[in-house]
Amino acid sequence: MASPTTTADAAIPEKKGADDNYLTHDKGFASWAFTLDHKRIGVMYLASVLSAFALGGVFALLVRTELWSPGRTIMEHDTYNQMFTLHGAIMVFLVIIPGIPAALGNIILPLHLGAKDVAFPKLNLASYYLWIIGCLCMLGSLVTNAVDTGWTFYAPYSTTTQTNVIPAAMGAFILGFSSIFTGLNFIVTIHKLRPPGMTFFRMPLFVWALYSTALIQVLATPVIGITLLMMIVERVFGLGIFDPSLGGDPVLFQHFFWFYSHPAVYIMIVPAFGVVSEIIPVFSRKRLFGYQFIAISSLAIAFLGFLVWGHHMFTSGQSVLAGTIFSAITFLIAIPTAIKIFNWVSTMYKGRIHLDTPMLYALAFLWVFTIGGLTGVFLAVMGVDIHLHDTYFVVAHFHYVMMGGAITAFLGGLHYWFPKAFGKMYDEKTGRIGALIVFVGLNLTFFPQFILGSRGMPRRYYNYLPEFQGLHQLSTIGAFTLGIGFLLTAISLGRALKNGKPAPKNPWGGVTLEWTTTSPPPYYNFHTPPPVTAGPYDGYENLVYDEKIGGYVAKT
Amino acid sequence: MTLHLLALLAEPQLPKLAPSDSFWLPVDASVTSRNIDWVWDFMIWVSLLVTIGVFVAIFHFITKYKAKSRAANEIAEKSAEHNTALEITWSVLPLFVCIALFVWGFKGFVDLRTPPKEAMELHANAQKWKWTFDYKCATGGMTDDTLHVPIDRPVRMLISSVDVLHALYIPSFRTKMDAVPGRYTDLWFQATKAGDYPIFCAEYCGTSHSDMLSHVVVHPAGQYETWLKGACEKADSMVGPERGKKLYSQQGCETCHTIDGTPKIGPSWKGLFGKMEMMADGTPYKVDENYLRESMMDPTAKVVQGFAPSMPTYKGKLSDKDIDGLIEFIKTLK
Repeated sequence: MASPTTTADAAIPEKKGADDNYLTHDKGFASWAFTLDHKRIGVMYLASVLSAFALGGVFALLVRTELWSPGRTIMEHDTYNQMFTLHGAIMVFLVIIPGIPAALGNIILPLHLGAKDVAFPKLNLASYYLWIIGCLCMLGSLVTNAVDTGWTFYAPYSTTTQTNVIPAAMGAFILGFSSIFTGLNFIVTIHKLRPPGMTFFRMPLFVWALYSTALIQVLATPVIGITLLMMIVERVFGLGIFDPSLGGDPVLFQHFFWFYSHPAVYIMIVPAFGVVSEIIPVFSRKRLFGYQFIAISSLAIAFLGFLVWGHHMFTSGQSVLAGTIFSAITFLIAIPTAIKIFNWVSTMYKGRIHLDTPMLYALAFLWVFTIGGLTGVFLAVMGVDIHLHDTYFVVAHFHYVMMGGAITAFLGGLHYWFPKAFGKMYDEKTGRIGALIVFVGLNLTFFPQFILGSRGMPRRYYNYLPEFQGLHQLSTIGAFTLGIGFLLTAISLGRALKNGKPAPKNPWGGVTLEWTTTSPPPYYNFHTPPPVTAGPYDGYENLVYDEKIGGYVAKT
Repeated sequence: MTLHLLALLAEPQLPKLAPSDSFWLPVDASVTSRNIDWVWDFMIWVSLLVTIGVFVAIFHFITKYKAKSRAANEIAEKSAEHNTALEITWSVLPLFVCIALFVWGFKGFVDLRTPPKEAMELHANAQKWKWTFDYKCATGGMTDDTLHVPIDRPVRMLISSVDVLHALYIPSFRTKMDAVPGRYTDLWFQATKAGDYPIFCAEYCGTSHSDMLSHVVVHPAGQYETWLKGACEKADSMVGPERGKKLYSQQGCETCHTIDGTPKIGPSWKGLFGKMEMMADGTPYKVDENYLRESMMDPTAKVVQGFAPSMPTYKGKLSDKDIDGLIEFIKTLK
């Protein structure tokens, strides 16, 4: 792999005009398909992830429509089982895991660091194409005989079902490598490509979050790869690993699976912490409260996340001692998470708060993630978890965290960096209405599911007792509200791309390095690495708003 | 298939949720919920407090410190970046709450996992997609698809599965345990209120996962023994097609085989006896007594073309009398 400085220096554009940027630098399909530019790769990731999100969303709406009434509403048992499996697998492997790191992170990380690109641009492109191949494998299962195991692929169901499990598992396996490559790239980038003066404790928290995430991606993902391979071997060759009728152990599969999939939860949510940590200080015009704590706690959560997988298995027959240890460590994660929320809220104290779309998403995140986090504590309490395990309470909890947390933060980040990435402003009013509908929709969808779960409604049910119908219908109405919110947001951003007003360098008044370059950034981001002399949230008072350009400029 | 599913739904034995005096939790009917429900209530109140607190703080800050306009260029007031007292409070307080919750959760868990020594034992069998429960009779045993238990006596359920993972879940007893093929798991409870409570399968197990329901009947004092005696006598005295018909629903045959001629997960039993069936390997085979017997004992030996080899074995679960009964029953379905 060529070092980034040599590739960059060799091709520095000499004759391009002042308004040259990465979007106009080269033209044509090949200039995108073979690009090594982190921003273009990020944009391709963004478009692909959003398409997958739309597909996963359609499956979610089909699932919710089916649940409008007990028994058959629009589809049969088996179709329903395939729908919820595809919804879960697409949202986890194709959307949320790559969402913030690979799409937003790719565009922003080098800009945050004042660097010209990531450390390994070719590896970056390879990781994108692995995503595409993984995605095609999953779609292969979808169009043949779609997998019906749930995204968890639990054995021995997954090794005996008649549906096409192998392409879906291969897809997840390949997507794992895509994720490992991105993680590896980011770790090296953060270590080696920081500008002069940017010590670790002067890095923006989004960089800290990506760093912690990347560590988990590199260390945990190989385990899911091996596990899925073993499952495939068992299916194809009848080698007994997990299926007891062949001499295997089904609980072993659960251990392997959650050894990856619990840390994967932090791959999904820690980047969201990073985005929120960027948005709140900028829109409060105030330094972040407790910067060092948030930075270190991302790492701590990443580390502890490796030691709690057994809390998914309190009812699996694992020993009381094992359960107890897993429960205790789980509580250790609750405390830094709670403190983070208090820090974000405190940042607003005595700030000067601007309620633009990104901030609205950040505020929605704070409240929704509080509920998601607190209900996680219910599940960590072993005695109570026995009742709640595998019910809608769990479904509601992780949707509050994944949908309400990760996706809300992703949308916040998308609106926050949209002017920088595309050089266009979106319509603020539509953006705010979209955020509001999404917020209402997600609470309406998932709050009734807490009540369903605590009253005993098991998850992954096609059919249900008539007593549960009212709450199911509320949830379905919420899901369609959410769908409308996303559609409105998509239309708003689409229109902005086409005929949005040109964006200034610094529309929100941020002091991190991406705001010191033009919008959209030039092909090579920065001519020389910008020197860093202060923390990432210092010096809002040195900027003044210029109404003529609609953005902030340095005070003279 | 649709019609059949609707018929399943319309079945009168669909378990009903008894009305509960708690908004959140189903009616509590076992001593095992004693260490759980009050922890739940405590957490609900703490969560409400924190959620409302966070909401009020956010709302207060965004109204009080809302910037006029960007053009006004307001600068945030200087305020501390650290406040040791505050930070210690919001770290230590949750820590104490978490320690308490951990200890209470641990107690509740150990309680749920430790059946009293004098507990009576019942065996629960899981298979796609049916629960069956074994009872000991004076002579031999009896199997039923409903769980019957006496009130105020600890009951330990020994759980096993013949195919994939399932989970025995009784919301009103606040307990749940996976049924894992290849090993035994267990749970226990001691019913405190006579009545009828739903049982669900909580671990996803395929097509009819959501129809894998049953219910537990808690008999008032003294009536369990009477029920058991009657049920044992009835099970014992039944022979021939009548026995087969009972086993058809009790043993879960009906989840895959219809008796009206529509193929489901397996071939329909209507007109099956004496029929020439094409096997998966392409050889035709006439359905006779020995074929039916083999299909129950070693279901994958000869699979009819067009069907998946997904039937579990009934070896050891059906007596000779049972097999006779089932064959006689199938013979009546012309």
